[in-house]
Amino acid sequence: MSVANEAPATAANEAAVTPDVPILELRHISKRFIKPLDAAAKVANLFGAGMRDEIVHAVDDVSLTIDDGEVVGLVGESGCGKSTLGRVVAGVHAASGGDVYFRARDVSTMGQKEARDASLRIQMIFQDPMSSLNPRLRVQDVVGEAPRVHGLVAQSDVEDYVADMLLRVGLDPTYARRYPHQFSGGQRQRIGIARALAVNPDFLVCDESVAALDVSIQAQVLNLFMRLREEFKLTYLFISHDLGVVEHLSDRVVIMYLGRVVEMAPTDEIFGAPNHPYTHALLDEVPRLDTRKRKFVPVKGEIPSPLDPPSGCHFHPRCPHATERCRVEQPHLKEIAPNRWSACHLNDAL
Amino acid sequence: MIHADVPTLEVRNLKTHFFTRAGVVKAVDDVSFTVQPGQILGLVGESGSGKTVTGFSILGLVDPPGRVVDGEIRYKGENIANAGEERMRRLRGNNIAMIFQDPMMTLNPVLRVDTQMIEAIQAHEQVGREEAWERSRAALQQVGIPAAEERLRSYPHQFSGGMRQRVAIAIALLNKPDLIVADEPTTALDVTIQGQILYEVQKLCEETGTALIWITHDLSVVAGLADDICVMYAGRVVEHGTVDNVLDHPSHPYTHGLIGSVPSRNRRGQPLSQIPGMTPSLLNLPPGCPFKARCPRVGDACDEAPEISQPVAGRDVRCHYPVPAGETAGETAEVPA
Repeated sequence: MSVANEAPATAANEAAVTPDVPILELRHISKRFIKPLDAAAKVANLFGAGMRDEIVHAVDDVSLTIDDGEVVGLVGESGCGKSTLGRVVAGVHAASGGDVYFRARDVSTMGQKEARDASLRIQMIFQDPMSSLNPRLRVQDVVGEAPRVHGLVAQSDVEDYVADMLLRVGLDPTYARRYPHQFSGGQRQRIGIARALAVNPDFLVCDESVAALDVSIQAQVLNLFMRLREEFKLTYLFISHDLGVVEHLSDRVVIMYLGRVVEMAPTDEIFGAPNHPYTHALLDEVPRLDTRKRKFVPVKGEIPSPLDPPSGCHFHPRCPHATERCRVEQPHLKEIAPNRWSACHLNDAL
Repeated sequence: MIHADVPTLEVRNLKTHFFTRAGVVKAVDDVSFTVQPGQILGLVGESGSGKTVTGFSILGLVDPPGRVVDGEIRYKGENIANAGEERMRRLRGNNIAMIFQDPMMTLNPVLRVDTQMIEAIQAHEQVGREEAWERSRAALQQVGIPAAEERLRSYPHQFSGGMRQRVAIAIALLNKPDLIVADEPTTALDVTIQGQILYEVQKLCEETGTALIWITHDLSVVAGLADDICVMYAGRVVEHGTVDNVLDHPSHPYTHGLIGSVPSRNRRGQPLSQIPGMTPSLLNLPPGCPFKARCPRVGDACDEAPEISQPVAGRDVRCHYPVPAGETAGETAEVPA
């Protein structure tokens, strides 16, 4: 309980004016992946080769508060750390630094029972349902196993419970005895959703959950997400590279680039008046139905390797407005307007 | 030798079927379209709609148990459907080039890029190594690869995904083809990289008059790039017209529903208009219109397969009950299933 009263450590916290406790709070979360030296490199080091471990800062000091019932869209290109952040939130990865607070309780200091309960409350839906569903289990076991093991339903009621869950995600309950491979991609994604919902979560982390689906099926699943949000009072962290999907679904959007949050704002504002040059570039490149025969003006350069990110502001080699300061000094997230955060030195010049 | 009146490619009633043990899969069933020099045609469809097989048929890349069973593919007037392997080999990579979704399908992982590019030139033309190398360098530069000379000496794995796709495009450009068939070349790429590739492709078609068939599932990409659009469903072209006409006033209920389900066309937070059901299996397709089970405008006539008609000028539609011109996409939202 001691942590709950601690003064908010991050700047992001001061923005949250709601008196209610946020459902999830990330404070200075970092996640590093280290590839240790192999035997050959160690031997080489004995002779003074001076090789070092390869370290990837997948997530670099991210602070984020998510309120109850909110849909937060997390956007970025490949390698920006959005999936890693989602996995830290869902408890799949442990953070290398920083703390995750669930309903104002530090997840790392919870007792065993409480921690298990908290982890049940946060569920994850993956991009590829084929690799996240056990191909050798029938749907009723995929969906029914977790609630049975955790004692949420009695053994005798599991069948009815699974049937109810399948109905809610728009699947025929008579399919319960089938295997995942007997379903189409869209249906499989629905099974993945039913599996997550079966343990009665409050918070869903959706990692590219509609990316692999055809447009018409994608619309069906997005509608399902919106209906379930009402029905189960869910909070979403919706991770996607598809800005159209994020714009449609989210209340607030967080943009990441090479492990850092570069901009964070309510959806209307970020799409209406992006602040960070990277957000600008990203929005300009999004193909839209209404822009015909457009002149594509490319952003220069490639996404740098997260193994060796550029100094200062990670975006500076591709940024049209980069100055000397951007090359040396890392910009920090600052509140540029109420509830609008951006990490860019250009805002200081205004 | 470009005759102004001869289209670069004319596909007439193309049928490509796969004879599997489970039955005949009519992957492409009566597809027709033309592409003029310098024109960009967007071939749009969901998975299993036959758009990739159409592309493969044009290049003569359909392997058994599949084959082109009927129809014509006229390249500058010459019918190349079921042309001999020798003739196709001379056309492929020279007059007609293909860009695949996965550039590693084009690139040989154990050969340096320069080896592969020079080989592609010398296979079609008698030129010296020096000149071929110089042309390879120019092609890499054309698609925006910095330090082209250095990159020529690299292996494919030393490139990033976007760069690899550029190399694949550069190889497609080497022999200055009249027609490029691009099969989802930017689907696996990030938006900023996709923007770069689209920029190069657009510039190329404008400058050289190369005709382009862009196969994709993404309507928004086609909107920004193409002149004409062909929408495919279950192996058939259901709607064909200019991008402006088709996207602003879709006639076929499927196109209508597809546009309606694009998130940016909908009010935020409102349910997306959706097409119920899913794409039918092409094996044992029921008689009649293949879309009838999902169609909101279905009627008695739909038990019979519709023929191509022109409800509006300059538009081919395969539907008995086309959407009237006044209705814009996304307005008639379905009841969510």
